[in-house]
Amino acid sequence: MFEDLGDRLDKAMSKIKGYGSITEDNISDVVREVRLALLEADVNYKVVKEFTNKVKEKALGEEVKKSLKPDEVFLKILKDELLELLGTEKVEIETKYNPTLLMLVGLQGSGKTTTIGKLANLLRKKYNKKPLIVACDIYRPAAIEQLKTIGKSLGIEVFEEGKKNPVEIVNDAVDYAKENGYNYLLVDTAGRLQIDEDLMQELININESVKMHEILLVLDSMIGQDAINVITGFNEKLPLTGVILTKMDGDTRGGVAISARYLTNVPIKFVGTSEKLDGIEEFDSERMVGRILGMGDMMGLIEKAESVMNEEDAEESLKKMKKGKYDLEDFLKQFKTIKKLGSLEGLLKMIPGAKKMGLTNVQIDPKQVARIEAIVLSMTPSERKNPDIIKASRKERIAKGSGTSVQEVNKLLKQFEESKKMMKMMSNGNFKMPM
Amino acid sequence: MMGFFSKLKEKIASKKVFNDKKEEEKYSKGLEKTRKEFSDKLNSLNKKYKKVNQEYFEDLEELLIMADIGVGTVVKFMEKLIDRARKEKIENPEVLKELIVDELFIIYVNDEILVNKINYAEEGPTVILFVGVNGVGKTTTIAKMAKKEKDLGKKVLLVAGDTFRAGAIEQLSEWGDRLGIDVVTGEENSDPSSVVYKGVEKGKNESYDIVLIDTAGRLQNKVNLMNELEKMNRVIGNFIPNAPHETLLVLDASTGQNGISQAKSFKEITNITGIVLTKLDGTAKGGIVLAIKEEVNLPVKYIGLGEKPEDLEVFDIEKYIYGLFKEMI
Repeated sequence: MFEDLGDRLDKAMSKIKGYGSITEDNISDVVREVRLALLEADVNYKVVKEFTNKVKEKALGEEVKKSLKPDEVFLKILKDELLELLGTEKVEIETKYNPTLLMLVGLQGSGKTTTIGKLANLLRKKYNKKPLIVACDIYRPAAIEQLKTIGKSLGIEVFEEGKKNPVEIVNDAVDYAKENGYNYLLVDTAGRLQIDEDLMQELININESVKMHEILLVLDSMIGQDAINVITGFNEKLPLTGVILTKMDGDTRGGVAISARYLTNVPIKFVGTSEKLDGIEEFDSERMVGRILGMGDMMGLIEKAESVMNEEDAEESLKKMKKGKYDLEDFLKQFKTIKKLGSLEGLLKMIPGAKKMGLTNVQIDPKQVARIEAIVLSMTPSERKNPDIIKASRKERIAKGSGTSVQEVNKLLKQFEESKKMMKMMSNGNFKMPM
Repeated sequence: MMGFFSKLKEKIASKKVFNDKKEEEKYSKGLEKTRKEFSDKLNSLNKKYKKVNQEYFEDLEELLIMADIGVGTVVKFMEKLIDRARKEKIENPEVLKELIVDELFIIYVNDEILVNKINYAEEGPTVILFVGVNGVGKTTTIAKMAKKEKDLGKKVLLVAGDTFRAGAIEQLSEWGDRLGIDVVTGEENSDPSSVVYKGVEKGKNESYDIVLIDTAGRLQNKVNLMNELEKMNRVIGNFIPNAPHETLLVLDASTGQNGISQAKSFKEITNITGIVLTKLDGTAKGGIVLAIKEEVNLPVKYIGLGEKPEDLEVFDIEKYIYGLFKEMI
């Protein structure tokens, strides 16, 4: 929806190109563009103001080396500062206590209940924990039901005592965990406004009663300027140990990541990336910077693809990608991978420049993957390796063999050409941040 | 021509804006946070500056952006305001303040007659479809609206069209139990269109006055889920011509710039007839009302000013502006 910062910067940057150094004068337009872009990404106004001033100060008078243009220097400073702010060190989730106690807090609708399912699943899979989910949202109708359904689909036990006082529920859950060998407790709490004193006191009481090891603030990544009040409100009342950003599979820039770090200095630990129960990823500041600035999310794409593709496949694709050799077999493999990955639109968004190439409008029906598979499998091996030889009569044969039409075969070949072009660009390193 | 600000002042004085004291209090209290953020800051801005100058405008821009009015809308607004201030040679911040309220109102009204009334069917059940991204408060809004309609003596039917989210069906059913209202449900993970069909059918055959349909939360960039909405619309329309009579987009008032993207995308896919803005009591912002009007041209029909069913209010721009600028009027 927003013009990429990249495009907008291009316009502003054209003014400082050619200067030997960065000065107050030649940089003001660029700073304004950066400011607006950050505001459009919903970074808090105060944070933006302080942050852009800092970047400006650093950039001013910076000697511009011959090999670099002033705009490139500025972008580099901008990116470095953003990275520093978001933190480059990964802070892992606390797991060393037995049982480790974790509690999720946040506003209504931020996604706590779904996130708790995802976290429990991750703790079991990645950290070999035996998790117990504790239902403490005694207010919202059917919140306990929701948690139980999630628990059931994961095969993870949910501890609930109906609408009892949450402090008692948590205490009973700790006893239950100790008796039954659970070593990780995840406490779901009701959504609340940070200004609701009674409900905030409830969280304080829970924490004073059992001493949580992790208190994570769940934030909807689409939140606007009010984020500052939410974040500081929760942070003042509770010793937060981290933040989780949810609904990052939407098209939000997620500037709240910057506000959250700036205001609390607690690490962002995870991001929610789909409605499915494995839709959680560790936070990566590098990728986040790219996203906020609208520079694509190549690293995310690669990581996600890797976790689905088996390693051999991945390595081979990577090699071929680098060599620029890429045939219909790879194309098919990628399609099948995509089928496993879920939302294709989401994936395409992560490719830098995809928007420029008009790729974000691509809509692929899962059924289409089956059709593509049929078409490719109806080709001879030499046709797959060298699609250029596929002319009219071959097309007809392939269409018949796959139960499709010549038009569909043509369409597939065109798609293949496009994706080949894209692969070429990637292998040329054009997907890196422009600097 | 008399500006909006002076007109509103006059109306308030002659007690034409609010039906009763209770309604006035609700708006006043529900918008308290926003007012504190915005109106109080505007007042202190006016104390700080004796004369309107460049710094004054920069501070004002900051105020507007912080109210989530939207960067694009604010930039345009500021250009217009500065231009008007120059032309009318306004230097006194107090005078400019009236101009600001005027211009904000103009953004919303924009020379159009706004329809914020629900389009009830002339005969047969009125069907209202509620859509929106995850976690905005669709189900709660439906419960509130159901209560309102029931209190008016109408026969209300709820349809649990969110077959996807765990616990969603139970949530609506529990509301139905609490309010004594019938709920049509289907199996979890079943095709929502089939539940919707069942609901509309029951609504028509058993002569309900109003059918409120819940749908699963969907992020606006998920094409398949958005297409599903289209299918539901067709199912409803095939059964009852001209239905759904309303498709309301439910938006969380604390949403930032993404709210505009939500409104745009949903509007592209379905015929959104209005917006329900929820959780307005919780946010100090709510400027998104203006941004959406300006950029997407959709009217706000209801606002949520609290957690109780009676806290869902028909949106009225005059009352809203009063809630925001009470101290100045």
